[in-house]
Amino acid sequence: MSSQLHQHATTRRRDPDATGKFLGSAPTLLGAQGLFKSYRKGNHVVPVLKGVDFDVRSGEFVAIVGQSGSGKSTLLHLLGTLDAPDQGEVRFEGNRIDHLRSTSRELLRNRDFGMIFQFYHLLPELSTLENVLAPLMISQRVWQYVWAWRRNREQATRLLKLVGLGHRLTHRPRELSGGEMQRAAIARALISSPKVLLADEPTGNLDQETGQEILEILRTLNRQEGLTIVMVTHDNAIAAQADRIVRLVEGRVVQL
Amino acid sequence: MYKLLLSWRYLRTRWIALASVISVTLGVATMIIVNAVMDGFTAEMYNRLHGILSDVVVESHSMSGIPDPAWHQAEIRKVLGDDVVGMTAAVRVPAMLNFRVRGEWVTQQVMVIGIDETSYAEVSDFSKFLLHPSNRDQLSFLLRENGYDAPLPTSGWQHRRLRVGFERAYREQLHKAEQSRQSRFQRDSDGAVRAASTEYDVVGDEAVEGAVASDREGPDSEGRLGNESWDDAANDRQGNIDVADGDERRDDDPAREAPAEGGLPARLPLGKRAAPLAENSVLDPFQRGSTAEDERDASQVFDEMSEQHTGLVLGIAITSLRHRDPDNSVQSYFLARPGDDVQITFPTSGQPPKAVTAKFTIVDLYQSKMSEYDSMFAFMPIEKIQEMRGMIDPTTGIPSVTSIQLRLRDGVSLAEARDKLRAHFPADRFAYRIDTWRDLQGPLLAAVQMETTILNILLFLIIAVAGFGILATFFMIVVEKTRDIGVLKALGAPSSGVMSIFLNYGLSLGVVGSGMGLVLGLLFVTFINQIAAVVEKILGQEIFDPTVYYFQQIPTIINPSMLFWVVSGAILIAVGASVLPSLRAARLHPVEALRYE
Repeated sequence: MSSQLHQHATTRRRDPDATGKFLGSAPTLLGAQGLFKSYRKGNHVVPVLKGVDFDVRSGEFVAIVGQSGSGKSTLLHLLGTLDAPDQGEVRFEGNRIDHLRSTSRELLRNRDFGMIFQFYHLLPELSTLENVLAPLMISQRVWQYVWAWRRNREQATRLLKLVGLGHRLTHRPRELSGGEMQRAAIARALISSPKVLLADEPTGNLDQETGQEILEILRTLNRQEGLTIVMVTHDNAIAAQADRIVRLVEGRVVQL
Repeated sequence: MYKLLLSWRYLRTRWIALASVISVTLGVATMIIVNAVMDGFTAEMYNRLHGILSDVVVESHSMSGIPDPAWHQAEIRKVLGDDVVGMTAAVRVPAMLNFRVRGEWVTQQVMVIGIDETSYAEVSDFSKFLLHPSNRDQLSFLLRENGYDAPLPTSGWQHRRLRVGFERAYREQLHKAEQSRQSRFQRDSDGAVRAASTEYDVVGDEAVEGAVASDREGPDSEGRLGNESWDDAANDRQGNIDVADGDERRDDDPAREAPAEGGLPARLPLGKRAAPLAENSVLDPFQRGSTAEDERDASQVFDEMSEQHTGLVLGIAITSLRHRDPDNSVQSYFLARPGDDVQITFPTSGQPPKAVTAKFTIVDLYQSKMSEYDSMFAFMPIEKIQEMRGMIDPTTGIPSVTSIQLRLRDGVSLAEARDKLRAHFPADRFAYRIDTWRDLQGPLLAAVQMETTILNILLFLIIAVAGFGILATFFMIVVEKTRDIGVLKALGAPSSGVMSIFLNYGLSLGVVGSGMGLVLGLLFVTFINQIAAVVEKILGQEIFDPTVYYFQQIPTIINPSMLFWVVSGAILIAVGASVLPSLRAARLHPVEALRYE
């Protein structure tokens, strides 16, 4: 398996016929140049990223793989503007976004980035539907939200049906299984029609079969909706199903 | 939107936070209850303190008083103009009150106030507290027939006639016994001596009426029986004398047919009664001469049965005892009541003061429910006291007074009026003290005010302590919600939004807590007397003792502005306590929050 993966170079693309996509001419949607990031643990400064260059083209499904502590989640957080790099730049649609004011970054996260996490991170006080609607609740004012309630609800229901949760609208997260929670999280990430989906170990907490189902959903989204997906995983088998694999070793992208 | 939704959901799902708000609830409820009761007490006390006091008092330092009160009254009117609604002159003198209770002389210290009964009513609510309904309309120093309010037993002329009748019969009895004793003494019989000694034992001074009520067969144990029946009749609130034993003397009494009610008839039967009483009065001068009790008007025969001395109105606590019977209801026992005569001794106005004494007839009692007043003041006609104390200027014939009392128009500042008067009658030229009723009761009012303030501070501290409870609980909730906060931030929620979730939460906790407190407090205040009754039953101990407070119920006043301040204060504390945890939540770094396990 690993030898097979070694054949995938960072820049290597799958056969266009297989994916139905020609990405060579697609513009870079999200990119990072020379990213450095370190964390402080007590008196020690632990460098996590040591100059990472990384690009995602529009419509691409990229997997970032690496061992625990290799900095793959940190890279995803930097791409998603949840954190700021010590050095280097993050660009989105050609514009630098890492040094933006927090309000702009919040807007970006709310509107252009969808995020899913290993532990789903649904809000336990809200129903499945409300969890999916949460990004809209954040972006819309009360009166807007009430005004657009019907449309919002229809959109959320459609997305939940898309991920196969049409029958679970009013359930609380704790009443759902892990796979169902992850599906709800995907629906939540899609509700504001993002340009990029950032997935942090989306299958990490699921059994193989369920994980595969989730991955199928992501692949379908990527193929049918043309959604750009950046997925972090430590599982090479999962990563293998992406268009492209980027391997991080000790904070650097390893060219294969 | 998410802020409202989440804070609402947190409110509904976090019982621990609601528990922390119970302290706010209790604090708010306690504050409302305490304030309502304190306000009730204060208002009741103000009413009572003000009750028989006028608004502003100009009082002379000297016992000889203010000369030429008419000139002073004119000056005061000039100073205050239309603000003066009522004005009266009065004489206040400390005095000794003596009256007989079962043959024993009881002496009490009182403040005698000579008043003009018509103009005094204009400056004071004093007449409101009188026990005879007609006197409440217009005070009269003439004794009424009967019809005094509870708790007074039969009083007025009815009581007076009964009492005098019994006393006379007793004296006659005593006289007879004396005569027979003397004759038996002459016979020098042992048995007679024994009879005489038992007679003295029983008769004593205590059993004045008892001896009379007995069937004149002999003053033995039956005398006590008669005594009881007399007491029963007298204590009967209806004043139904016919129920009592049939005494010939009373059957003869024509006044019994006279209407018992109202003030006027009291004087009417005078002429009617004259004939049958004449034979009694033959007996009288004899006794008066022998006992020398009455040194007044020796030339003219004073008939106690149909005449009264100068009228006197006493505070109810001067002549009564209050106690609880075994059934736990409050009973009053009257040592003297309207219709009885008392003796008052007070100093003259000259130097050195001499004591002058006169007899007065109690015509009414007043119950202001301020024990200090009820046990202090005795009111009599001003002319009488001026005459007795020698306050009338022999050259001009103008009587002086010791105080001028004013009632001012509602809404006029009493302190301002007082200051104007003080400026007009400067202390270096006039020996007057000019005070408002609040000044006179200053220390007490200030004490109550301070008590209320301190209680409020303490109770507010309780709510503040509750605030720290909320603070701790909120920190806990923020820690518990760390990941959710991270998620919200990852979904693009601004820090201010996260902060306002928790501020909203604090606000709604405060609203819920103080709302429950408000309801609880108002319910408690509404049913406070029933609650007190239940607690008394459980504890078997009196919480609210009417013999102490003279209230039948716990007075409460709910002041809307007080409710507003208490509730908004509590809400403010709840919000204030959630500020720090909210700030902490807002400052959480999204990545660290998401990683938080």
